[in-house]
Amino acid sequence: MSETIAFRPETMEQVHKIIARYPEERKKSALIPLLHLAQKEFGGWLAVPVMDYVAEILSIQPIEVYEVATFYTMFNMKPVGKYVLEVCQTGPCMLNGSDEIIKHIQETLNIKNGETTADGLFTLKTAECLGACGYAPMMQMGKFYHEHLTKEKVNEILQLCREGQFALD
Amino acid sequence: MSKKLLLKDAHIEGIRFYDTYRKQGGYGAVETALKMTPEAIVEEVKTSGLRGRGGAGFPTGLKWSFLAKPEGVPRYLVVNADESEPGTFKDRYLMEFLPHLLIEGMIISSFALGANTAYIYIRGEYAWIVDILEEAIDEAKAAGFLGKNILGAGYDLEIYVHRGAGAYICGEETALLESLEGKRGNPRLKPPFPAVKGLWESPTVVNNVETIAAVVPIINITGAEYAKIGVGKSTGTKLISACGNINRPGVYEIDMTISVEEFIYSDEYCGGIPNGKRLKACIPGGSSVPIVPANLLLKTINGEPRLMNYESLADGGFATGTMMGSGGFIVLDEDQCVVKHTLTLAHFYMHESCGQCTPCREGTGWMWRILSKLENGTGTFADIDLLWDVQRKIEGNTICPLGDAAAWPVAAAIRHFRDEFEWHVDNPEALTKNYGLANYADPIPAPAVAE
Repeated sequence: MSETIAFRPETMEQVHKIIARYPEERKKSALIPLLHLAQKEFGGWLAVPVMDYVAEILSIQPIEVYEVATFYTMFNMKPVGKYVLEVCQTGPCMLNGSDEIIKHIQETLNIKNGETTADGLFTLKTAECLGACGYAPMMQMGKFYHEHLTKEKVNEILQLCREGQFALD
Repeated sequence: MSKKLLLKDAHIEGIRFYDTYRKQGGYGAVETALKMTPEAIVEEVKTSGLRGRGGAGFPTGLKWSFLAKPEGVPRYLVVNADESEPGTFKDRYLMEFLPHLLIEGMIISSFALGANTAYIYIRGEYAWIVDILEEAIDEAKAAGFLGKNILGAGYDLEIYVHRGAGAYICGEETALLESLEGKRGNPRLKPPFPAVKGLWESPTVVNNVETIAAVVPIINITGAEYAKIGVGKSTGTKLISACGNINRPGVYEIDMTISVEEFIYSDEYCGGIPNGKRLKACIPGGSSVPIVPANLLLKTINGEPRLMNYESLADGGFATGTMMGSGGFIVLDEDQCVVKHTLTLAHFYMHESCGQCTPCREGTGWMWRILSKLENGTGTFADIDLLWDVQRKIEGNTICPLGDAAAWPVAAAIRHFRDEFEWHVDNPEALTKNYGLANYADPIPAPAVAE
């Protein structure tokens, strides 16, 4: 499998740097950071061969990777769109109108929560508290938070994405 | 005006960077601490009365004194930056704007504990803050405050940032350690406590970001001076992240002597409720602590003003009081629906239960389903009793406190707002309109002129 799946050399450098943060016999500790790298490098989700590749790097059993990958919300177990909109829906965001924002995105993109647009550009996910309660409503896209959302602000963001002008990291 | 210890320099431009931070006196506490003995630092922290700022409020100095020190076994400091309690965003603020304050606190704390490696476990979603912290760590290292033989004192320390991947449960210290070891975030049975068997079975102290940051002013002004700030066992200052229906949401540093009423209505803090609306209820310490209606929030049952500190917020127990928790202060105005708000929290806990203990795994989902029925107008009176029964059977019956954290918000909502739940059952209007203030009158009159 690993003939076809391999980190780029510059990512591999990062991999070694991360592994070096933990005692040698505790290499498995690097698993979650490595899965982040893998998800980013191999299409935004963790296919089984990708997880097997990470297991091989850390000299652990594939099942040890699967059980971790499926536990954590940030790891996608199926393909997602290029832009994933993760809109917080927990209490404090709800008090400030996150329902309206979610509804607006559903109607604008014609998708339900968890779905991806036909052109593969957008995925809508609802998220649980992201720690931006004072700046609600909000969503995460890639590395960054987008806060104090309004329908207009969402429209602007979607437009920037369509034009390929939106930064994910 | 509250005394500021942590955020006193937060407004200074460039304080995120080493040069500015140093110019403001930053890392002075490290210089002081490395001339002290580790035992003397632990004593200062004990004297300060500092309590864990993550939510539990356990005395930090005492926690440190439990750390086992077997020969030849490494010890670790792990900073809990997995901030995920709904309503809480204070640690994020500290790390984004004052990363060096955290690093300075970590150097002193690690030295006091005899740890040569320390980790910051940060929630995965705070991805951009990882960069801020790593840059600050590099700067501190270049300035000789990290690495080998710090300030020539013969002490070595490395700090690493470890990113999680989205799991509220990893804020529980043993789940955090499991996660840091590359596993699912399933809490461990205690004992053994992390102080004896923590990270990789080594003695470990896990402390919240704000707790570790507070060690810096404690060394700077001494534990005795720190203890003079505040009231009783609520010493020092506390960060409160205020959100919900208020005019000025944000992170505030308070000295725990001000009243809840002042905190909500003063322009120095929350600045009142927007659009001239009235206060209905508040969850003052993050979503897990009991919600209280306005009349019980502002005054204790004895009629005294309720203060923003551990003891006063808890006054009256769960019957009439609540908890300081993490300081995630959520305000609900008169137009908010307690059933719907509780429903979002129930969904949160259902999503975040690790699934290890049956009462929590099954109970959180059951509570969410019942609350969904009530919110959607298909609930019955018996459902309200069932909901009460389910939460009662979760509380105290799980390995970690997530079970309690899921049960308390539901219990408090029914305890104080039962008529609103009942109104949802026998009133079709509940689908289109909110119950409003009804019996939960606000002792503060609404402003005469709406903004």
